[in-house]
Amino acid sequence: MRNITKEFPGIIANDNITLTLKRGEVHALLGENGAGKSTLMSVLFGLYQAEKGEIRKNGEVVKINNPNDANALGIGMVHQHFKLVEIFTVLENIILGVEPNKMGFLEKSEARKKVVELSEKYGLKVNPDAVIEKISVGMQQRVEILKMLYRDNEILIFDEPTAVLTPQEIEELLQIMRGFADEGKSILFITHKLNEIMQVADRCTVLRKGKYIGTVDVKDTTKEELSKMMVGRDISFSVEKEPAEPKDVVLSVRGVTVPSQTHKNNAVKNVSFDVRAGEIVCLAGIDGNGQTEFVSALTGLEKMTAGTITLAGKDITKASIRERSKAGMSHIPEDRHKHGLVLDYSLEENMILQRYWEPAFQKHGFLKFDAMRKYTEELVKKFDVRSGQGPVTIARSMSGGNQQKAILAREIDKKHELLVAVQPTRGLDVGAIEYIHKQLVERRDAGKAVLLVSLELDEVMDVSDRILVMYEGEIVGELDPKTTTVEELGLYMSGAKRNTVKEINHAG
Amino acid sequence: MQDNNNSKKSGFTLKSITQSKGFSAFTAALLAIALGLIVGFLVMLVADPSNAVKGFNSVLSGGLRRIGDVFYFATPILMTGLAVGFAFKMGLFNIGASGQYTMGMYFALYVGFMWDMPKGIHWVVAVFAGMIGGMLWGFIPGIFKALLNVNEVITSIMFNYIGMYLVDMLIQGNSNMYVSSMTRTAYLPSSVQIPSLGIAGSNVNFGIVLAVIIGIILYIVLQKTTFGYELKATGFNKSAADYAGMKGKRNIILTMVIAGGLAGLGGAFAILAPSAIAGSSMTYEPINIIAANGFNGIAVALLGNAHPIGVIFSSVFISHIQRGGTLASLYGYKPEIIDIVIAVIIYFSAFAMIMNSAAARFIKTRREKRHAVSEAKSIGDKDASSETKEAKK
Repeated sequence: MRNITKEFPGIIANDNITLTLKRGEVHALLGENGAGKSTLMSVLFGLYQAEKGEIRKNGEVVKINNPNDANALGIGMVHQHFKLVEIFTVLENIILGVEPNKMGFLEKSEARKKVVELSEKYGLKVNPDAVIEKISVGMQQRVEILKMLYRDNEILIFDEPTAVLTPQEIEELLQIMRGFADEGKSILFITHKLNEIMQVADRCTVLRKGKYIGTVDVKDTTKEELSKMMVGRDISFSVEKEPAEPKDVVLSVRGVTVPSQTHKNNAVKNVSFDVRAGEIVCLAGIDGNGQTEFVSALTGLEKMTAGTITLAGKDITKASIRERSKAGMSHIPEDRHKHGLVLDYSLEENMILQRYWEPAFQKHGFLKFDAMRKYTEELVKKFDVRSGQGPVTIARSMSGGNQQKAILAREIDKKHELLVAVQPTRGLDVGAIEYIHKQLVERRDAGKAVLLVSLELDEVMDVSDRILVMYEGEIVGELDPKTTTVEELGLYMSGAKRNTVKEINHAG
Repeated sequence: MQDNNNSKKSGFTLKSITQSKGFSAFTAALLAIALGLIVGFLVMLVADPSNAVKGFNSVLSGGLRRIGDVFYFATPILMTGLAVGFAFKMGLFNIGASGQYTMGMYFALYVGFMWDMPKGIHWVVAVFAGMIGGMLWGFIPGIFKALLNVNEVITSIMFNYIGMYLVDMLIQGNSNMYVSSMTRTAYLPSSVQIPSLGIAGSNVNFGIVLAVIIGIILYIVLQKTTFGYELKATGFNKSAADYAGMKGKRNIILTMVIAGGLAGLGGAFAILAPSAIAGSSMTYEPINIIAANGFNGIAVALLGNAHPIGVIFSSVFISHIQRGGTLASLYGYKPEIIDIVIAVIIYFSAFAMIMNSAAARFIKTRREKRHAVSEAKSIGDKDASSETKEAKK
């Protein structure tokens, strides 16, 4: 790909980018969110057309107008969000679009033979007759990979393939990728996880804000150097903070029980704990152990069946969402697209989402647009929220990291005593993660209570002052990140170990 | 390089206009109309080739000769269009505009016949009564949706029938209103008639002025108020609206009540209008048919992109070609032809956004071709820079 330029309204997503992929190499593409990695790959895969530049394969200029062209050239892609038909079987998904047939009748046995051969050859174990919606995410990814292999693709694009996998699955995937490269296939690997690049890639191209920064040989570089190329400055991987000085209890949760939406049992069972001003308490646990339901009950999105919640001395057990917000609760939601933003609203309209009813932003029911614009400009400056067209940018068109920054800005700037942050760094790159961690610590130092819900072990260990481990809807242990180890935390999270004495004492 | 920058700047104003939201919605509607008319013409060609040009001409220009009537017939569909469009902004599909419209008619009729009031006040009271009738018929689906999560499409369709049969029953059972020998109600007293705007040879009345004012008020409500902000936020993303602490249930009910009130006003404007054509207003004929103006409102709202100002224009346009359609019957065409043309226009407006992006691409490529010429001049400059890139590689 040479001199590729792709523009979107108000933003140049790819500015004159050149990338060469050699046969038999794993080539990593590294960049922050919104750096233009996905756009570049979409151009290569024919989803977008570049305004300028050309794509060459084996020295010849090729034109890729749509994914079918890409396929014909042997280019295949595993998308970040899988493109599978949920109610079809593995086999049906793999042959979709290139079905072998005789007079319009499917010839499945032939296809099955090829799929089984491929999956044995590369160690991609799948059951061809399993239905997609019944198999795990890791399995689904294998199906996507088999799809590419079935089409005899030579250039394989992996768009952030490890984001959805468990550590063991990641290990397997990286080995599989290595195997492809050794066999002469070329792999483009989009990621922002530096460890994976160091482990598997031969070369690495770095993009920053749509611009080409450089291509380096992985064996001649270090993680620190790569991250510096990616964000343009030095990054500290650990969070620097003073010891916490907890003061008065801000949030007090007693015996909270929340019914599950999916099964008959309670998702959250009799949970009690306190969060004090000036400390970061982390609710840790493996996904699906009741954290989401607990936060929904805490913030008022769902009803709870038992228990009380007190915020800053005020009983908010039955309070509405608005009343909780007024009482001093700020909430960075788990799903920023579903809850955090109205994606079709502009940035400025989103910035006042929690405050539009305040006299500062409305008078007799009429919005004050000047105040709104001024406020947004202030926040954008203070929190470095980048967008194509400033306050009038539609939220949907912003990058994930900047959307999250916008939410963070809104929730932090709002008057609050407690900040509930649910997976605030999910899907973000190191630069944005560092920034958000800093902001959380700053809130703590400003004397606010912070309740962090996280699935990332590093985040749990680095940011929090106190860890509460949640397992199957119960709090099974309270740990001190300074004295505990990741291994011990893992034992609690998997339910192998529990120690509720501490928690009960604390609650009493 | 310098050259390139300059051309970018000169293209900026055009770009900022062509990329604005309102412009794109407008071009989309225009494209939809143009395509709809072309297909309509083809239909006329197939139906009767010899008269097609003349007939099509009268479709296009017929309304202009009866501009007063265009506005007269636009009034009720403007109101039902607003009723559908307003609810649509909240993410609700108010398919019950017909029932609300009919209830509005009935309430206005009732006040007209049963209450004795001085001229000048009587019609105002009757109009308000119509609004309340519509509000009631919007409130019921609204409360079902808010409290029991019953789909508003289903309830409002049901209430179209309930409203229509109820009104027909009530009218036939009321000897003060119903004249059984005429199988319709008596004519309303003139005190309850909406004042005419006094344009000779047409029935255009004060109703259209009120309707346009209401459209503008709705625009202000949607764009400038916290209520409009909440309403649109809920329509775009209900979860985020809940998260922000907006009262979703209250807003659903309120939106349906307002939408119903708008359709009810449409019914009142229609029934209380002065008309030279016997039986077209001031009287109601219970014939067990759901009011067509309610469904036309859906078409108007779609074509107007659910935007209150857009709805004002689209209602006038649809009324215009409907008038033209009646004139086309002079050339032997059935008025149904015009219904087909309107249907095609609505059909295409569903594709409006796709066509819109196609149009934007067309404009863009043309602009780029022009740029290419100016860029050709600075090509030497460019070659140099690409060579440095090559060297880097």
